[in-house]
Amino acid sequence: MRLNAKLVAAPAARMVLLLICVTVLSFLLVANAPIDPLTMYVGTESTLSDAAKAEIAEHWGLDDPLPERYLIWAKNALHGDLGTSITYKRPVADILKERFALSIWLMMLAWVFSGILGFLLGIAAGVRQGTAFDRAVKVFCLILQSAPAFWIGLLVLSFFAVRLGWFPIGMAVPMGKLAADVTLADRIHHLILPVLTLTVVSIGKITLYTRQKTVETMDSEYILFARARGETRGQIVRRHVVRNVALPAVTIQFASFSELFGGMTLAETVFAYPGVGSATTTAALNGDVPMLLGAVLIGAVFVFAGNLIANILYGVLDPRVRERGDYA
Amino acid sequence: MHDYSNNHNRHATVPALLVDELSVSFSMYGRGTAKADLDAIRALSLDVMPGELLAVVGASGSGKSVLAHAVMGILPKNARVGGRILYRGEPLTEKRLGALRGTEIAFIPQAVDYLDPLMRVDRQVIGTRGTRAAQEEIFARYRLAPEVGRQYPFQLSGGMARRVLFATAAVGGDVKLVVADEPTPGLGPDLCAKMMNHFRQFADAGAGVLLITHDVDLALGYADRVAVFYAGVTVEIATAAEFASGGAALRHPYSRAFADALPQNAFRPIPGRQPYAGGLGKGCPFFDRCTERRTDCASGDVPMRALRGGKVRCLHAT
Ligand code: SF4
Repeated sequence: MRLNAKLVAAPAARMVLLLICVTVLSFLLVANAPIDPLTMYVGTESTLSDAAKAEIAEHWGLDDPLPERYLIWAKNALHGDLGTSITYKRPVADILKERFALSIWLMMLAWVFSGILGFLLGIAAGVRQGTAFDRAVKVFCLILQSAPAFWIGLLVLSFFAVRLGWFPIGMAVPMGKLAADVTLADRIHHLILPVLTLTVVSIGKITLYTRQKTVETMDSEYILFARARGETRGQIVRRHVVRNVALPAVTIQFASFSELFGGMTLAETVFAYPGVGSATTTAALNGDVPMLLGAVLIGAVFVFAGNLIANILYGVLDPRVRERGDYA
Repeated sequence: MHDYSNNHNRHATVPALLVDELSVSFSMYGRGTAKADLDAIRALSLDVMPGELLAVVGASGSGKSVLAHAVMGILPKNARVGGRILYRGEPLTEKRLGALRGTEIAFIPQAVDYLDPLMRVDRQVIGTRGTRAAQEEIFARYRLAPEVGRQYPFQLSGGMARRVLFATAAVGGDVKLVVADEPTPGLGPDLCAKMMNHFRQFADAGAGVLLITHDVDLALGYADRVAVFYAGVTVEIATAAEFASGGAALRHPYSRAFADALPQNAFRPIPGRQPYAGGLGKGCPFFDRCTERRTDCASGDVPMRALRGGKVRCLHAT
């Protein structure tokens, strides 16, 4: 398939605009928040002299006019320099690299699980439209969708980690263990609850969407015709429903990267999982502008990538788009 | 006008399809929780002999499309069905239908929308009951190039799509009953004629063909008999020849008027509107518009009865 210029150019332009808006907005929010990054940096009981404090403020450019601070940041960011985090006292790019490696596991696992389970559940409910099973699935998903992510996280945490004690209550690795001693099993053990939470948070949308598409498909004339040709319900689901529903479902799942990123931030915060999400929260609470902007940037790129894949995938998977013109 | 009366199959005694006083109603939830039953078909009786093409005609809104879905067992869940449907002398139960659909009993729908938009044409024609070899042979028979099989439905032209739909009916092998629902709208006259020939071929090969159509004019050139449908009931069954010769040979006042309204006849439309099937009470459904009505037509049953080699649902037809 030819990569359609329209398919990439327009989203790319939107992306640049989105990045500018998101960073400016985040910048204004943090810079105007009632948090003094200097105090956060030196601590409230600091004995530093005013002169020393002024020097630090000077170093971080905390007293420069806002537009100037933003432009300096933007210029450096364009050159690949995202600045140094006030909170972590290390280059933002390094922190993001480390933390995104942890977050991406969390997000992708939850994305795959919620996608597969939600798809199957949605089809199972949709072909049984109106039955008790279908109604139960619908109510379950609506509750999940309206429940805040951190609340679900807290429920999961208090049940599996506190009450049952099956899983650690937080972090990515056992506390006090040397980095070299951390095993893959340790990591997986720490990943399970955050992944479970994020899966539960994400599953409502894809299930309801798949269910709706399944109901529409089951009402279509080609399903009627398949029945008239002697296909059983199982054959109809395998031959027609899965195919026709998978196309929009996969697309919507890629287009849901924004919800995934948002849910991840909350899940990481609840479980103190050291990914990009918890860094974002920490940075926001500490007035750590470079860190926050870095996190926002990576989030926006991630969401954009999802939307772009969704757009391209539709062209690849749908023969009506893919082969249009070939036989014209 | 063809003469198919020599067709040996016409002398078979067991109809491929016999529909006896079929009724179909849909339960609907109206305002509030009151459940109302909407009648689509009130009393439909007809029979299709092997080798015969029976056209079911009637103005739109007379419930003819529901007939095809009722025979194929694909009515929506809220449908309630009464009366009897016999296939080759035996009731067409759900179990029997499940085994026969797609092999002996074929449904030919009206438009390309009845094909799965995401499945290639060859796989669809094969379906769950055909074979690759049968599909290739049938493609040749319908002059569909092998490449058409690799295409998706949206790539088919109108005429090709219709032939593909015919191919789906033929692929089951031993077709004994073809049910076709309004297969012609949106086609030019040449294509329409070709389609009708395809139906005729099914009949000539020994299948019974039930063709539901709004285009009486076209159907008359190919059908053996015509069933006239009005407000949810069959009012008359006559030969195509009787129909084509104008109203005089017909038995029911409505079919006479219907035949007269055809372009090649006098083209005299009947005043008044067809009542909605569900809005009818007792008596003859044509009462309001009938020029020959008498007082006893308004009350009591008007049964279907044999008359002059055909059938009619009128108390006073002669
Ligand atoms: S039964 Fe009576 S009202 Fe009905 S068509 Fe015959 S004559 Fe007319």
